[in-house]
Amino acid sequence: MPDGLVADSLAAIRGERLVFAGLSFALPPGGALLLEGPNGSGKSTLLRVLAGLGRAEAGTLRWNGEDALSDRTTHATRVAYLGHQDAVKPGLTAAENLAFWGTTAQIEAALTRVNLAPLADLPARMLSAGQKRRLALARLALASAPIWLLDEPTLGLDTTSVAALGDMLAAHRAQGGVVLAATHLPLPLPGAETLRLAA
Amino acid sequence: MRKLLARELRLSLRHGTDSLAAILFFLVAGALFPLAIGPAPETLARIAPGIIWVCALLAALLPLDRLFGADAEDGSLDHLLLSGLPPAAIALGKAAAHWLTTGLPLLLAAIPLAVMLRLPEEAFPALLLGLIPGTAFLSLIGTAGAALVLGARRGGVLLPLLILPMAVPALIFGVAAADAAAVGLAARPHLLLLSALCAAALPLCPLAAGAALRSSAE
Repeated sequence: MPDGLVADSLAAIRGERLVFAGLSFALPPGGALLLEGPNGSGKSTLLRVLAGLGRAEAGTLRWNGEDALSDRTTHATRVAYLGHQDAVKPGLTAAENLAFWGTTAQIEAALTRVNLAPLADLPARMLSAGQKRRLALARLALASAPIWLLDEPTLGLDTTSVAALGDMLAAHRAQGGVVLAATHLPLPLPGAETLRLAA
Repeated sequence: MRKLLARELRLSLRHGTDSLAAILFFLVAGALFPLAIGPAPETLARIAPGIIWVCALLAALLPLDRLFGADAEDGSLDHLLLSGLPPAAIALGKAAAHWLTTGLPLLLAAIPLAVMLRLPEEAFPALLLGLIPGTAFLSLIGTAGAALVLGARRGGVLLPLLILPMAVPALIFGVAAADAAAVGLAARPHLLLLSALCAAALPLCPLAAGAALRSSAE
Protein backbone atom coordinates (compact mmCIF):
# COMPACT_ATOMS: atom_id res chain seq x y z
CA MET A 1 0.00 0.00 0.00
CA PRO A 2 1.43 3.39 -0.95
CA ASP A 3 2.13 5.74 1.93
CA GLY A 4 1.81 9.50 2.04
CA LEU A 5 -0.27 11.66 -0.24
CA VAL A 6 -1.09 10.20 -3.65
CA ALA A 7 -3.13 12.03 -6.26
CA ASP A 8 -4.36 10.18 -9.32
CA SER A 9 -5.57 12.03 -12.43
CA LEU A 10 -7.22 14.92 -10.58
CA ALA A 11 -9.24 17.41 -12.56
CA ALA A 12 -10.85 20.67 -11.50
CA ILE A 13 -13.23 23.08 -13.13
CA ARG A 14 -13.42 26.71 -12.11
CA GLY A 15 -16.10 28.93 -13.57
CA GLU A 16 -16.93 26.49 -16.40
CA ARG A 17 -13.27 26.36 -17.42
CA LEU A 18 -11.22 23.21 -17.08
CA VAL A 19 -8.25 24.38 -15.00
CA PHE A 20 -6.31 21.13 -15.01
CA ALA A 21 -6.95 17.48 -15.74
CA GLY A 22 -5.10 14.21 -15.43
CA LEU A 23 -2.90 15.57 -12.66
CA SER A 24 -1.07 12.89 -10.68
CA PHE A 25 1.69 12.91 -8.10
CA ALA A 26 2.89 10.87 -5.16
CA LEU A 27 4.43 12.36 -2.05
CA PRO A 28 6.00 10.02 0.51
CA PRO A 29 6.10 11.10 4.18
CA GLY A 30 8.62 13.91 4.57
CA GLY A 31 8.24 14.82 0.91
CA ALA A 32 7.76 18.25 -0.56
CA LEU A 33 6.28 19.36 -3.84
CA LEU A 34 6.62 22.80 -5.39
CA LEU A 35 3.81 23.87 -7.69
CA GLU A 36 5.00 26.16 -10.42
CA GLY A 37 3.31 27.73 -13.36
CA PRO A 38 2.11 31.06 -14.70
CA ASN A 39 -0.74 33.02 -13.12
CA GLY A 40 -4.06 31.30 -13.65
CA SER A 41 -2.53 27.88 -14.22
CA GLY A 42 -4.50 26.39 -11.32
CA LYS A 43 -2.00 26.28 -8.47
CA SER A 44 -4.39 27.78 -5.94
CA THR A 45 -7.27 25.71 -7.29
CA LEU A 46 -5.22 22.56 -6.86
CA LEU A 47 -4.34 23.47 -3.28
CA ARG A 48 -8.01 24.11 -2.48
CA VAL A 49 -8.97 20.78 -4.02
CA LEU A 50 -6.31 19.01 -1.98
CA ALA A 51 -7.58 20.75 1.16
CA GLY A 52 -11.09 19.51 0.48
CA LEU A 53 -12.36 23.06 0.02
CA GLY A 54 -12.65 22.88 -3.74
CA ARG A 55 -14.27 20.04 -5.61
CA ALA A 56 -12.31 17.56 -7.70
CA GLU A 57 -14.33 16.81 -10.83
CA ALA A 58 -12.39 13.64 -11.50
CA GLY A 59 -9.59 11.58 -9.99
CA THR A 60 -8.81 10.39 -6.51
CA LEU A 61 -6.71 11.60 -3.62
CA ARG A 62 -5.38 9.06 -1.16
CA TRP A 63 -3.74 9.64 2.20
CA ASN A 64 -1.91 6.57 3.48
CA GLY A 65 -3.99 4.42 1.17
CA GLU A 66 -7.44 5.64 2.11
CA ASP A 67 -9.67 7.87 0.04
CA ALA A 68 -9.13 11.36 1.44
CA LEU A 69 -11.91 13.37 -0.16
CA SER A 70 -14.88 11.11 0.65
CA ASP A 71 -15.12 12.51 4.19
CA ARG A 72 -14.03 16.09 3.98
CA THR A 73 -14.54 16.89 7.66
CA THR A 74 -12.09 14.14 8.63
CA HIS A 75 -9.74 15.20 5.86
CA ALA A 76 -9.81 18.75 7.25
CA THR A 77 -8.09 17.55 10.43
CA ARG A 78 -5.16 16.29 8.33
CA VAL A 79 -4.73 19.56 6.49
CA ALA A 80 -3.18 22.88 7.39
CA TYR A 81 -3.85 25.47 4.72
CA LEU A 82 -2.27 28.84 4.14
CA GLY A 83 -4.18 30.77 1.52
CA HIS A 84 -3.61 34.06 -0.28
CA GLN A 85 -5.44 35.81 2.50
CA ASP A 86 -4.05 35.86 5.99
CA ALA A 87 -7.47 35.45 7.67
CA VAL A 88 -6.38 37.81 10.42
CA LYS A 89 -9.09 39.70 12.28
CA PRO A 90 -7.93 43.30 12.74
CA GLY A 91 -9.96 43.82 15.92
CA LEU A 92 -8.39 40.92 17.83
CA THR A 93 -4.88 40.80 19.23
CA ALA A 94 -2.29 38.52 17.64
CA ALA A 95 -2.76 35.92 20.37
CA GLU A 96 -6.57 36.14 20.24
CA ASN A 97 -6.47 35.55 16.51
CA LEU A 98 -4.98 32.15 17.22
CA ALA A 99 -7.11 31.36 20.28
CA PHE A 100 -9.48 29.18 18.25
CA TRP A 101 -6.65 26.91 17.11
CA GLY A 102 -4.75 26.06 20.29
CA THR A 103 -4.17 26.46 24.00
CA THR A 104 -2.44 29.49 25.50
CA ALA A 105 0.89 27.68 25.88
CA GLN A 106 0.78 26.37 22.29
CA ILE A 107 -0.04 29.83 20.98
CA GLU A 108 2.91 31.34 22.85
CA ALA A 109 5.24 28.73 21.37
CA ALA A 110 3.85 29.26 17.87
CA LEU A 111 4.22 33.03 18.11
CA THR A 112 7.80 32.62 19.32
CA ARG A 113 8.60 30.48 16.27
CA VAL A 114 7.62 33.30 13.94
CA ASN A 115 9.22 35.98 16.16
CA LEU A 116 5.90 37.59 17.02
CA ALA A 117 5.89 36.86 20.76
CA PRO A 118 6.59 40.50 21.78
CA LEU A 119 3.59 41.62 19.72
CA ALA A 120 1.18 38.99 21.07
CA ASP A 121 -1.08 41.51 22.79
CA LEU A 122 -1.10 44.06 20.02
CA PRO A 123 -4.31 44.42 17.96
CA ALA A 124 -3.71 42.77 14.60
CA ARG A 125 -4.66 45.93 12.73
CA MET A 126 -1.37 47.44 13.99
CA LEU A 127 0.65 44.65 12.34
CA SER A 128 2.36 45.15 9.00
CA ALA A 129 1.54 42.98 6.00
CA GLY A 130 4.57 40.78 6.63
CA GLN A 131 3.74 40.44 10.32
CA LYS A 132 0.18 39.38 9.44
CA ARG A 133 1.65 36.77 7.12
CA ARG A 134 3.81 35.54 10.01
CA LEU A 135 0.71 35.35 12.18
CA ALA A 136 -0.89 33.17 9.51
CA LEU A 137 2.25 31.00 9.55
CA ALA A 138 1.94 30.69 13.33
CA ARG A 139 -1.53 29.22 12.82
CA LEU A 140 0.06 26.68 10.48
CA ALA A 141 2.45 25.68 13.25
CA LEU A 142 -0.46 25.29 15.68
CA ALA A 143 -2.38 22.86 13.52
CA SER A 144 -0.77 19.49 14.13
CA ALA A 145 -1.75 18.36 10.65
CA PRO A 146 0.46 16.15 8.48
CA ILE A 147 -0.39 17.84 5.17
CA TRP A 148 0.69 21.45 4.72
CA LEU A 149 -0.76 23.31 1.75
CA LEU A 150 0.90 26.67 1.22
CA ASP A 151 -0.17 29.28 -1.28
CA GLU A 152 2.66 31.77 -1.84
CA PRO A 153 3.88 31.35 1.77
CA THR A 154 6.72 33.87 1.50
CA LEU A 155 4.55 36.74 0.25
CA GLY A 156 5.69 39.85 2.10
CA LEU A 157 8.15 38.05 4.37
CA ASP A 158 11.64 39.38 5.14
CA THR A 159 14.72 37.13 4.84
CA THR A 160 14.79 36.34 8.57
CA SER A 161 11.19 35.17 8.44
CA VAL A 162 11.82 33.10 5.32
CA ALA A 163 14.61 31.37 7.24
CA ALA A 164 12.23 30.82 10.17
CA LEU A 165 9.72 29.36 7.72
CA GLY A 166 12.49 27.10 6.43
CA ASP A 167 13.08 25.81 9.96
CA MET A 168 9.36 25.19 10.41
CA LEU A 169 9.16 23.32 7.10
CA ALA A 170 12.23 21.22 7.91
CA ALA A 171 10.86 20.31 11.36
CA HIS A 172 7.50 19.42 9.86
CA ARG A 173 9.07 17.18 7.20
CA ALA A 174 11.35 15.56 9.76
CA GLN A 175 8.20 14.43 11.59
CA GLY A 176 6.93 12.76 8.44
CA GLY A 177 4.67 15.57 7.25
CA VAL A 178 4.31 16.52 3.63
CA VAL A 179 4.42 20.03 2.15
CA LEU A 180 2.88 21.30 -1.05
CA ALA A 181 3.64 24.88 -1.91
CA ALA A 182 2.62 27.08 -4.80
CA THR A 183 5.24 29.71 -5.38
CA HIS A 184 7.00 32.01 -7.81
CA LEU A 185 9.90 32.63 -5.46
CA PRO A 186 12.58 30.22 -4.27
CA LEU A 187 11.47 28.43 -1.09
CA PRO A 188 13.67 26.88 1.60
CA LEU A 189 12.55 23.36 0.70
CA PRO A 190 15.65 21.22 0.02
CA GLY A 191 15.04 18.15 -2.10
CA ALA A 192 11.57 19.23 -3.18
CA GLU A 193 10.14 17.91 -6.40
CA THR A 194 8.57 20.30 -8.85
CA LEU A 195 5.24 20.02 -10.57
CA ARG A 196 4.74 22.40 -13.47
CA LEU A 197 1.20 23.40 -14.31
CA ALA A 198 0.59 24.68 -17.82
CA ALA A 199 -1.54 27.75 -18.38
CA MET B 1 -17.55 24.45 19.13
CA ARG B 2 -17.24 26.29 22.44
CA LYS B 3 -14.09 27.93 21.11
CA LEU B 4 -15.94 29.01 18.00
CA LEU B 5 -18.62 30.62 20.15
CA ALA B 6 -15.96 32.33 22.27
CA ARG B 7 -14.28 33.62 19.13
CA GLU B 8 -17.53 34.97 17.70
CA LEU B 9 -18.52 36.66 20.95
CA ARG B 10 -15.10 38.23 21.33
CA LEU B 11 -15.25 39.50 17.75
CA SER B 12 -18.68 41.01 18.21
CA LEU B 13 -17.59 42.66 21.48
CA ARG B 14 -14.68 44.29 19.66
CA HIS B 15 -16.93 45.34 16.80
CA GLY B 16 -19.81 46.21 19.12
CA THR B 17 -21.38 48.56 16.60
CA ASP B 18 -23.20 45.74 14.78
CA SER B 19 -25.26 44.70 17.80
CA LEU B 20 -25.70 48.26 18.97
CA ALA B 21 -26.93 49.32 15.53
CA ALA B 22 -29.53 46.53 15.56
CA ILE B 23 -30.82 47.56 18.99
CA LEU B 24 -30.94 51.25 18.14
CA PHE B 25 -32.66 50.49 14.86
CA PHE B 26 -35.22 48.44 16.79
CA LEU B 27 -35.93 51.25 19.25
CA VAL B 28 -35.99 54.02 16.66
CA ALA B 29 -38.18 52.09 14.23
CA GLY B 30 -40.57 51.27 17.07
CA ALA B 31 -40.67 54.91 18.14
CA LEU B 32 -41.72 55.99 14.66
CA PHE B 33 -45.12 54.29 14.91
CA PRO B 34 -46.64 56.58 17.56
CA LEU B 35 -45.48 59.53 15.48
CA ALA B 36 -47.03 58.16 12.31
CA ILE B 37 -50.26 56.68 13.72
CA GLY B 38 -50.94 59.15 16.50
CA PRO B 39 -50.42 58.83 20.23
CA ALA B 40 -53.89 57.44 21.12
CA PRO B 41 -53.08 54.90 23.87
CA GLU B 42 -55.80 52.39 22.96
CA THR B 43 -54.71 52.23 19.30
CA LEU B 44 -51.05 51.83 20.25
CA ALA B 45 -51.82 49.19 22.86
CA ARG B 46 -53.79 47.25 20.26
CA ILE B 47 -50.98 47.19 17.69
CA ALA B 48 -47.99 47.15 20.08
CA PRO B 49 -47.22 43.40 19.79
CA GLY B 50 -47.26 43.65 16.00
CA ILE B 51 -44.95 46.66 15.99
CA ILE B 52 -42.50 45.02 18.37
CA TRP B 53 -42.40 41.77 16.43
CA VAL B 54 -41.98 43.39 13.02
CA CYS B 55 -39.27 45.71 14.30
CA ALA B 56 -37.47 42.80 16.00
CA LEU B 57 -37.64 40.83 12.76
CA LEU B 58 -36.13 43.66 10.73
CA ALA B 59 -33.52 44.51 13.35
CA ALA B 60 -32.37 40.88 13.55
CA LEU B 61 -31.71 41.00 9.79
CA LEU B 62 -29.21 43.84 10.05
CA PRO B 63 -26.13 41.93 11.28
CA LEU B 64 -26.84 38.82 9.18
CA ASP B 65 -25.12 40.23 6.14
CA ARG B 66 -21.79 40.23 7.98
CA LEU B 67 -22.38 36.93 9.78
CA PHE B 68 -20.42 34.93 7.20
CA GLY B 69 -19.57 37.80 4.85
CA ALA B 70 -16.66 39.12 6.91
CA ASP B 71 -15.20 35.64 7.35
CA ALA B 72 -15.58 34.82 3.65
CA GLU B 73 -13.82 38.04 2.61
CA ASP B 74 -10.71 37.67 4.75
CA GLY B 75 -10.31 33.92 4.25
CA SER B 76 -11.30 32.96 7.81
CA LEU B 77 -14.18 30.87 6.51
CA ASP B 78 -11.75 28.50 4.77
CA HIS B 79 -9.93 28.03 8.04
CA LEU B 80 -13.16 27.43 9.94
CA LEU B 81 -14.14 24.78 7.39
CA LEU B 82 -10.71 23.20 7.82
CA SER B 83 -10.89 23.28 11.62
CA GLY B 84 -12.27 19.74 11.76
CA LEU B 85 -15.73 20.88 12.86
CA PRO B 86 -18.54 19.71 10.58
CA PRO B 87 -19.93 22.67 8.59
CA ALA B 88 -23.28 22.28 10.35
CA ALA B 89 -21.57 22.77 13.73
CA ILE B 90 -19.94 25.94 12.43
CA ALA B 91 -23.34 27.20 11.31
CA LEU B 92 -24.89 26.30 14.67
CA GLY B 93 -22.11 28.16 16.48
CA LYS B 94 -22.68 31.18 14.30
CA ALA B 95 -26.42 31.04 14.91
CA ALA B 96 -25.86 30.81 18.67
CA ALA B 97 -23.52 33.79 18.51
CA HIS B 98 -26.06 35.75 16.48
CA TRP B 99 -28.75 35.01 19.04
CA LEU B 100 -26.55 35.98 21.97
CA THR B 101 -25.40 39.23 20.37
CA THR B 102 -28.65 40.25 18.63
CA GLY B 103 -31.63 38.15 19.72
CA LEU B 104 -31.06 38.42 23.44
CA PRO B 105 -30.39 42.19 23.42
CA LEU B 106 -33.52 42.66 21.27
CA LEU B 107 -35.49 40.72 23.83
CA LEU B 108 -34.32 43.11 26.55
CA ALA B 109 -34.87 46.17 24.39
CA ALA B 110 -38.43 45.00 23.74
CA ILE B 111 -39.33 45.80 27.36
CA PRO B 112 -38.85 49.61 27.17
CA LEU B 113 -40.43 49.67 23.72
CA ALA B 114 -43.46 47.76 25.01
CA VAL B 115 -43.80 50.17 27.94
CA MET B 116 -43.54 53.09 25.55
CA LEU B 117 -46.29 51.67 23.34
CA ARG B 118 -48.55 51.05 26.34
CA LEU B 119 -48.74 47.32 25.88
CA PRO B 120 -51.25 45.95 28.44
CA GLU B 121 -49.48 44.52 31.46
CA GLU B 122 -51.10 41.09 31.04
CA ALA B 123 -49.46 40.74 27.62
CA PHE B 124 -45.87 41.28 28.79
CA PRO B 125 -45.07 37.67 29.78
CA ALA B 126 -46.59 36.31 26.57
CA LEU B 127 -44.68 38.81 24.43
CA LEU B 128 -41.33 38.13 26.06
CA LEU B 129 -41.84 34.36 26.30
CA GLY B 130 -42.74 34.40 22.61
CA LEU B 131 -39.69 36.44 21.69
CA ILE B 132 -37.33 33.85 23.22
CA PRO B 133 -38.07 31.04 20.72
CA GLY B 134 -38.99 33.68 18.14
CA THR B 135 -35.60 35.37 18.08
CA ALA B 136 -33.86 31.98 18.25
CA PHE B 137 -35.88 30.87 15.22
CA LEU B 138 -34.87 34.07 13.41
CA SER B 139 -31.21 33.48 14.22
CA LEU B 140 -31.44 29.93 12.87
CA ILE B 141 -33.15 30.69 9.56
CA GLY B 142 -31.13 33.87 9.29
CA THR B 143 -27.94 31.84 9.49
CA ALA B 144 -29.19 29.49 6.80
CA GLY B 145 -30.14 32.44 4.62
CA ALA B 146 -26.83 34.21 5.19
CA ALA B 147 -24.94 31.05 4.22
CA LEU B 148 -27.08 30.64 1.08
CA VAL B 149 -26.51 34.15 -0.25
CA LEU B 150 -22.79 33.96 0.50
CA GLY B 151 -20.86 34.69 -2.65
CA ALA B 152 -23.89 36.06 -4.45
CA ARG B 153 -23.53 39.60 -5.69
CA ARG B 154 -25.98 41.91 -3.91
CA GLY B 155 -26.40 39.24 -1.23
CA GLY B 156 -27.49 41.91 1.22
CA VAL B 157 -30.55 42.66 -0.92
CA LEU B 158 -31.36 39.03 -1.50
CA LEU B 159 -31.15 38.11 2.16
CA PRO B 160 -34.33 39.84 3.45
CA LEU B 161 -36.29 38.59 0.43
CA LEU B 162 -35.24 35.08 1.31
CA ILE B 163 -35.68 35.19 5.07
CA LEU B 164 -38.71 37.41 5.68
CA PRO B 165 -41.23 35.03 4.05
CA MET B 166 -39.82 32.16 6.10
CA ALA B 167 -40.15 34.23 9.27
CA VAL B 168 -43.88 34.81 8.73
CA PRO B 169 -45.04 31.83 10.86
CA ALA B 170 -43.01 33.07 13.83
CA LEU B 171 -44.51 36.52 13.40
CA ILE B 172 -48.07 35.17 13.29
CA PHE B 173 -47.79 32.98 16.38
CA GLY B 174 -45.70 35.49 18.31
CA VAL B 175 -48.16 38.33 17.82
CA ALA B 176 -51.12 35.98 18.37
CA ALA B 177 -49.68 34.93 21.74
CA ALA B 178 -49.36 38.52 22.95
CA ASP B 179 -52.78 39.48 21.54
CA ALA B 180 -54.43 36.50 23.20
CA ALA B 181 -52.87 37.39 26.55
CA ALA B 182 -53.96 41.03 26.18
CA VAL B 183 -57.63 40.03 25.93
CA GLY B 184 -57.36 37.37 28.62
CA LEU B 185 -57.19 34.26 26.42
CA ALA B 186 -54.61 31.50 26.78
CA ALA B 187 -51.29 32.33 25.09
CA ARG B 188 -49.95 28.84 25.66
CA PRO B 189 -51.00 27.19 22.34
CA HIS B 190 -49.35 29.94 20.34
CA LEU B 191 -46.19 29.78 22.43
CA LEU B 192 -46.05 26.01 22.00
CA LEU B 193 -46.38 26.31 18.22
CA LEU B 194 -43.64 28.93 18.24
CA SER B 195 -41.41 26.63 20.26
CA ALA B 196 -42.19 23.81 17.83
CA LEU B 197 -41.05 26.00 14.94
CA CYS B 198 -37.83 26.71 16.80
CA ALA B 199 -37.34 23.02 17.59
CA ALA B 200 -37.77 22.10 13.93
CA ALA B 201 -35.36 24.81 12.80
CA LEU B 202 -32.71 23.79 15.33
CA PRO B 203 -31.48 20.71 13.44
CA LEU B 204 -32.61 21.67 9.92
CA CYS B 205 -31.22 25.18 9.54
CA PRO B 206 -27.61 24.38 10.57
CA LEU B 207 -27.60 21.42 8.18
CA ALA B 208 -28.81 23.59 5.31
CA ALA B 209 -26.39 26.36 6.24
CA GLY B 210 -23.51 23.88 6.48
CA ALA B 211 -24.19 22.55 3.00
CA ALA B 212 -24.39 26.11 1.69
CA LEU B 213 -21.07 26.99 3.34
CA ARG B 214 -19.41 24.00 1.68
CA SER B 215 -20.67 24.93 -1.74
CA SER B 216 -19.72 28.58 -1.28
CA ALA B 217 -16.12 27.54 -0.62
CA GLU B 218 -15.98 25.53 -3.85
